[in-house]
Amino acid sequence: MALPQRKQSATEARLAGLVLPAGGWSEPPRREALDRLAAMGLPDRRDEYWRFTRPDTLVQPEAPSARLMADDEAPLFGQTERLRIVFVDGVFDAAASDDLALEGVSIERLAETAGKDIHWARDLYGVLEARGQTPVQRPFAALNTAFASDGVLIHVTGRPSKPINLVYVHESETSDVILHHVVKVDAGGEATILENGPAAARFNKCMEVDIADTGKLHLVRAQGRDHDRRAATHVFARLGAESVFKSFTLSVNGVLTRNEVVVELTGDDAIAHVAGACVGDGDFHHDDTVFVTHDAVGCESRQVFKKVLRNGAVGVFQGKILVKPGAQKTDGYQISQSLLLDEDSQFLAKPELEIYADDVACSHGSTSGAIDETALFYLRSRGVPHTEATNLLTLAFLAEAVAEIEDADLAADIVARLEGWLARRS
Amino acid sequence: MLNIKNLQVKLEEEDKQILKGVDLTVEAGKVHAIMGPNGSGKSTLSYVLSGRDGYEVTGGSATLDGVDLLALEPEERAAAGLFLAFQYPVEIPGVGNMTFLRTAVNAQRKARGEDEMSAAEFLKVVRAKAKELQIDAEMLKRPVNVGFSGGEKKRNEILQMAMLEPKMCILDETDSGLDVDAMKLVAEGVNRLRSEGRGFLVITHYQRLLDHIKPDVVHIMADGRIIKTGGPELALEVENNGYADILNEVA
Ligand SMILES: Nc1ncnc2c1ncn2[C@@H]1O[C@H](COP(=O)(O)OP(=O)(O)OP(=O)(O)O)[C@@H](O)[C@H]1O
Ligand SMILES: [Mg+2]
Repeated sequence: MALPQRKQSATEARLAGLVLPAGGWSEPPRREALDRLAAMGLPDRRDEYWRFTRPDTLVQPEAPSARLMADDEAPLFGQTERLRIVFVDGVFDAAASDDLALEGVSIERLAETAGKDIHWARDLYGVLEARGQTPVQRPFAALNTAFASDGVLIHVTGRPSKPINLVYVHESETSDVILHHVVKVDAGGEATILENGPAAARFNKCMEVDIADTGKLHLVRAQGRDHDRRAATHVFARLGAESVFKSFTLSVNGVLTRNEVVVELTGDDAIAHVAGACVGDGDFHHDDTVFVTHDAVGCESRQVFKKVLRNGAVGVFQGKILVKPGAQKTDGYQISQSLLLDEDSQFLAKPELEIYADDVACSHGSTSGAIDETALFYLRSRGVPHTEATNLLTLAFLAEAVAEIEDADLAADIVARLEGWLARRS
Repeated sequence: MLNIKNLQVKLEEEDKQILKGVDLTVEAGKVHAIMGPNGSGKSTLSYVLSGRDGYEVTGGSATLDGVDLLALEPEERAAAGLFLAFQYPVEIPGVGNMTFLRTAVNAQRKARGEDEMSAAEFLKVVRAKAKELQIDAEMLKRPVNVGFSGGEKKRNEILQMAMLEPKMCILDETDSGLDVDAMKLVAEGVNRLRSEGRGFLVITHYQRLLDHIKPDVVHIMADGRIIKTGGPELALEVENNGYADILNEVA
């Protein structure tokens, strides 16, 4: 089917400035991704899946410039022993990074593997992304697979003693960055990946995650504080039997963020938790788009998304639980809530359940509300000043999402960032 | 200490007068009780004194040690030494009881220009006071009042009062929903706080609480006014005969 002319030209204009990295094992999957992209085209505002979020600044050839923000906060995850892999505007910074050797895991860079035959990565690169293109198209992910300049390939074979931290530094006001990571967790393996930083003026990031039976992956990410930054990110996770995937995303500021998470539960008794907390003030548009497919028996999935919005900030949640025929004993939960700190802000939610099995328990809920006046008065009557009481209630609102982070130190780090954001507005 | 003069209050949203001229003075060191039929305005009085939204003061005044309460924000009234134990304590999911208590104690200290309590000192004090009220460590960890039984909520109010050490304590039906033993615990909690410098205003429907917390003065409130004031015997009269006689006598 031919693309509409407008879409076709917008897509061509975007691709004109990009060069597909040639050579090595990744070239064939990159070319396939380019074909996928050519067939679907980049999204425009008429696409149903982009009804609440305008994709034009993500599609346009040049990244809109983004001012840099002097980050005066203590480095995130600074208290946690971790292996740091640093990218500055998408370019690997060897000097700032740690040695990539760590017991229980092998780590390589996508940009350096051209001549090597890394068969595990070759079997996954673009594969999970391609699977995630149905039933809904995700053109930016195909674009990412085709053109990613770098990324990390993480093979978890055991239980590394510390988290792997991808640090995304933003130093150029016009950087337009595409990174693609692949993570494979072997049976019995368990690892934590941390991601933080604004990364670029415009950031397109994709992470493919394949977790074998009984493997576990924890993902905690924080999308930097820069107000003008834009990001379109995708996580594609495929879970084997009795495996666990837990992800939490903190988004503080950012003029435009679209985080898509696509989870496929393919083995029995697997567990997937996808959570996010975002806080936005003013020119802020934050979109969580989540698609969880239950295709095995006895799996549990949780989606917990909380958004705090003020001064005209906009939050979007599109979340779906699809239970395929035969996926009995599914336990699916989805909650998306916004706390509107004034009347100018808005929350747009589209929660969906699609169930083709009869023995399942799925619940979903979406709410939008202001600070609870009764609770506020109760706190004030105990002497807590108005602003402090509001902040306390705001953190309480976010607590259910933050509680999805298993590690208490990491959770405390995230809470500290949220407190910082609130304090700067008090 | 607490001086209420001809206080008149209507609902902000409706044209409904609720307090129609309340006069009441609670002296330091004294316990005053207010009794009165349902809907007579007792809770409204306590809310207006502590600064809840939704009410409009149309006349009169209320001062605490000479400070005009009605001009202050709720948190300023608390820092000035006013405390209200709520008839219906509020549940706050996501805020731990300990965090809540410590934030409140330190906020008041800060407002009064005093040093904040250290974490260690706070923990020591709160544990001791919780123990007296038979509030276990588990309850201190839980979110404020969430999943607490009616009686646990009321004991939690008294714990807050004990931690904040206010000058003027208003207790709105703190006895309702309490079993006999819990009532004793609460009354002991209140009696421990009784001192020369502190006043109490105890709103209740039942003599039983007043057996444990002996009031100096008893007021009867009806239709937005204090219609009768007397000694402890007035509470006994209500207990035995209800309000009919008193209401008739005044009418
Ligand atoms: N916010 C409000 N909105 C509507 N009516 C109110 C409000 N607050 C108080 N009232 C009304 O004012 C009157 C007094 O209520 P209040 O709660 O003060 O009575 P009370 O003496 O405490 O009663 P009780 O003994 O049942 O606790 C009642 O008629 C009540 O319905
Ligand atoms: Mg009442």
